[in-house]
Amino acid sequence: MKGTVLGDAGLHMAAQDNVVTAIDDLDAGTGIPYDDRTVELVEAIPFGHKVALVPLEPGDAVVKYGETIGEAVEPIAPGEWVHTHNCESRRGRGDRTADREVA
Amino acid sequence: MATFDGYPRESGPAGVRNYVAVIPLSVTASPIAEAVADRTAANVRATPHQMGTDPPEAAREQVERTLSGVARNPNVGAALVVSLGTETVDADAVADAAAAAGRDVETLSVHEVGGTAAAVDEGTELARDLHAEITDRRREECDASELVFGVECGGSDATSGIAANPAVGAACDRLVRDGGTATFSETPEFIGAEHVLAERCVNETVRERLLERVNRREATAELMDVDLRGAQPSPGNQEGGLTTIEEKSLGAISKGGTTPVRGIVDYAERLPVGGGLVLMDTPGYDIESVVGKVAGGAQVVAFTTGRGSTTGNPLAPVIKVTGNPKTADRLAANMDVDASGIIDGEPIDSVGDRIYRTLLDVASGERTAAERRQLEEFAVNELQPNELAELRGDA
Repeated sequence: MKGTVLGDAGLHMAAQDNVVTAIDDLDAGTGIPYDDRTVELVEAIPFGHKVALVPLEPGDAVVKYGETIGEAVEPIAPGEWVHTHNCESRRGRGDRTADREVA
Repeated sequence: MATFDGYPRESGPAGVRNYVAVIPLSVTASPIAEAVADRTAANVRATPHQMGTDPPEAAREQVERTLSGVARNPNVGAALVVSLGTETVDADAVADAAAAAGRDVETLSVHEVGGTAAAVDEGTELARDLHAEITDRRREECDASELVFGVECGGSDATSGIAANPAVGAACDRLVRDGGTATFSETPEFIGAEHVLAERCVNETVRERLLERVNRREATAELMDVDLRGAQPSPGNQEGGLTTIEEKSLGAISKGGTTPVRGIVDYAERLPVGGGLVLMDTPGYDIESVVGKVAGGAQVVAFTTGRGSTTGNPLAPVIKVTGNPKTADRLAANMDVDASGIIDGEPIDSVGDRIYRTLLDVASGERTAAERRQLEEFAVNELQPNELAELRGDA
């Protein structure tokens, strides 16, 4: 597998990634060792879903595979679940074009 | 040198199956084709689909190109083209494609034979004769470089990009090393990863064509003042952990491996043999996308799935690969390769070797899970109104 498994819990695909992928169904409170500290999960994370490793502000790039996969649309704390409720695509956004034309 | 036991053809690469294809020109001719296939032999396969008798011109061209490609696929030893008699898709053009590739071919029109019952009777007789013509063909050892390997992903989840796709990609790299062609498609699932593919294009022409095709698919959403969210990633993808199209795409492109991108062809356009890694511009809908590659000449398809797709194809064996341990367990009977060990540390290359061996075994006649269960979905890509407008030059 590409990437590094952190604490038997999260897969860090590339060094610059600011999220890890849960490789098991993880309980709240699970610790993920990262960068000389431990990121503690603030909520349960299902298998395959992502966890923030660092604090993210709205507009910050979310990075996985060493590439931008979208941007935070809410403040996200380390240990929080990163998914459609707080992270959005930057691509194929006809809705944003429409908003700009209306404004 | 890697080899497989295939059916040599008079022209073009060897087939991995030896079928009579019963190809309807329209939705109306489709039940006739299915009835004919049902009444003859297991190796007589129908390709029923939903296209009407008089589609708009650009759609007509695409249907004709697709059915012509299907008729000359190396797995097709002989073909029967079935029409109602009013289709604007040209039965002779489809039949000529098969004949030009040295295949026996017949045509049948419901109007000419005097109705559907007569067409089923006449078609069954023609299909039996065609089957008798090809049934004595024997497999011979062929070089792996004759293989055109189509790869597809469907029902993706987070394991697709971590395990199944890179493992299938490793198998593609092996086939390309051995001189064959690997192809993947689903252009909407290049969005957000096209810069990675663009860097691997062999020249500027291929690079520009790739980026233009991706822009066109992305613009489809923008033209309609909507966004891809909700459709890409699909609700199922999202449940499986994929948040954005960029994330899905970055995982999806790994199924083509790591070799240079040598070209990009249109939906159902003929793929080169011995061509390395070549992309095809197709929609993301799996059944249409697989059919596009089979029409392009793919003899075998690998289909990765996280959540557990079970689909097959009437003419090309489809090898199912999953990287999700739960799917590998729950849908074991529908899967051919379990790649989920990668998540526990099994090297991608060792699973890639396993998939490549499976490819050669399936090419030599071993039946896939989908073949054993007769899962044979078929659909021709239907152009959307905005695509038709663009092809007419209105947009």
